[in-house]
Amino acid sequence: MHNLLVSRVGIYLPIAEMSVNMVILLAMGGAVGFLSGMFGVGGGFLITPLLIFYNIPPAIAVATGANQVIASSFSGALAHFKRGSLDVKLGLVLLLGGLVGSSLGIYVFAYLRRLGQLDLIVSVLYVGFLGSVGGLMLVESVRAIRRSRNGGTADLRHSGQHNWIHRLPLKMRFRASKLFVSVIPVLGIGALIGFLASIMGVGGGFIMVPALIYLLKVPTNVVIGTSLFQIVFVAAFTTIIHSTANQTVDIVLAFILMLGGVAGAQYGARVGQKLRGEQLRALLALLVLAVALRLAFDLFVRPSNVYSLVIGGI
Amino acid sequence: MRLAATAMAMPLLLLLLAGGALAQLADAAPEDIEIGLSTDTVFITSDFRGANLTIFGALDDADPLIQRQGGYDIVAVLEGPRRTIVVRKKTRVLGVWINTRSMVFTDVPASYSIAMTRQPQDITDTPSYQRLGLRIPYLNLRPLAADADPQAVEEFTTALRNRMEESGLYTELAGGVQFLSRSLFRATFHLAPNVPVGTHRARAFLFRNGVFVKETSAALTIRKAGAEQRLFEFAHQQSLAYGLLAVLLAMITGWLGRLIFKRD
Repeated sequence: MHNLLVSRVGIYLPIAEMSVNMVILLAMGGAVGFLSGMFGVGGGFLITPLLIFYNIPPAIAVATGANQVIASSFSGALAHFKRGSLDVKLGLVLLLGGLVGSSLGIYVFAYLRRLGQLDLIVSVLYVGFLGSVGGLMLVESVRAIRRSRNGGTADLRHSGQHNWIHRLPLKMRFRASKLFVSVIPVLGIGALIGFLASIMGVGGGFIMVPALIYLLKVPTNVVIGTSLFQIVFVAAFTTIIHSTANQTVDIVLAFILMLGGVAGAQYGARVGQKLRGEQLRALLALLVLAVALRLAFDLFVRPSNVYSLVIGGI
Repeated sequence: MRLAATAMAMPLLLLLLAGGALAQLADAAPEDIEIGLSTDTVFITSDFRGANLTIFGALDDADPLIQRQGGYDIVAVLEGPRRTIVVRKKTRVLGVWINTRSMVFTDVPASYSIAMTRQPQDITDTPSYQRLGLRIPYLNLRPLAADADPQAVEEFTTALRNRMEESGLYTELAGGVQFLSRSLFRATFHLAPNVPVGTHRARAFLFRNGVFVKETSAALTIRKAGAEQRLFEFAHQQSLAYGLLAVLLAMITGWLGRLIFKRD
């Protein structure tokens, strides 16, 4: 039965050089697309680990994940652009940092791959970032939910409350975000996300969204559009660099994931609009923590086989 | 007159007989095997999900007595292209499982399927298999580093064999070769969906009463065809254009998705 299903819908991936089940990949793309539409993140942090669980070689999963992220982010960014909830200026400054970080990341990626430690670093980065971001978001959103239950305001923005970031020099005005802030942290966040994007195959939305909200105090409604806007460019840059440096982008695999993802994202966005901001953040936090736990499990629990093969010898 | 002719012919006949005996000594086995493949090229297209490959063979000039006793055995092998393979071992460092040791093997068959007429131990003994490098446990696998510690070599070689068997790339099938008649035989191999692309070699080994007699081989090409092949070449030869295409495709898909599903 299982064999029959596989044989009907199998498709051969030209770069990964393996036959996979198209229905599973479409469902994977659809589910991730639904979540990404709901939370306004690209979904790369979900798709790349899922592909690795599905036995796609990590190098191909990372590069193809970046390619897939473009489609869902572009679709989302268009919607936010029309609605006016996108700060193009802030996005461009973030992007500038992002391109520098991404270029650096590609070289580190190739180096780690030669060293045989790519899987480890990718897992450690995922566990570290997803774990801390998810944990922080969960704590914050639960507090916000409690506050709103007690009749208070759940808004994050408290006028007059400034942190050290607001004392840095080189200030710039971002009108759409109602923000007057130094470009240093903006470039820094952009660079960090670009770096992670190329190593982890993610757009970095799951880090960008909380960083913009909590560190820069950008209004939540502008955050998602702006984050998606810059992710489109960073993911596009990462895809092109991975194709030229490593030839690891599988266009067929990416396309199947996109088809599922784009459809799923539209439904996710509708569900997302019905939920309150703090509820949405709490759910995203739980999702992020779940992925981090799953990856941590692989890192700390004895693998079923301690030996692994790399065919072709890189 | 007639007598004289016979007398003259006698030494010639003797010479011929002696020559025949000598030839038989030099080439103790008159048997010969030949093989042919059901196809010499397997094309991988988008719907490829494995394929069957049949090796047909003929046993020529066999000794009828041995044939009747079932003394002939065939071992057929389908060997994938040779690749360099790195075997890595994870150990626990500070509670985390990390790849700490590795060994590089060169010229490792990327796939290896072996089929036999009977159980391997009924065909010949272990030393013969070892000498011929036949069967998975006796495959000739050598590490790149000549001075590697023998104990480590043993450990990593075993791991390499086990992993290849687990992934279905190395298989062994007793009874996979059948005699269709006294002299015709057939071996069927299944090519897995993840069969390595490249030139494979089909080999057939003939054994007579447990003694290796002769080997023959034929080549099989497995290659991607159509769109798969073009995409692969495109990705490798014009990687920048390929990357740009991938980005463009993603943007168009995202845009179309919005057009189709949008409600605002």
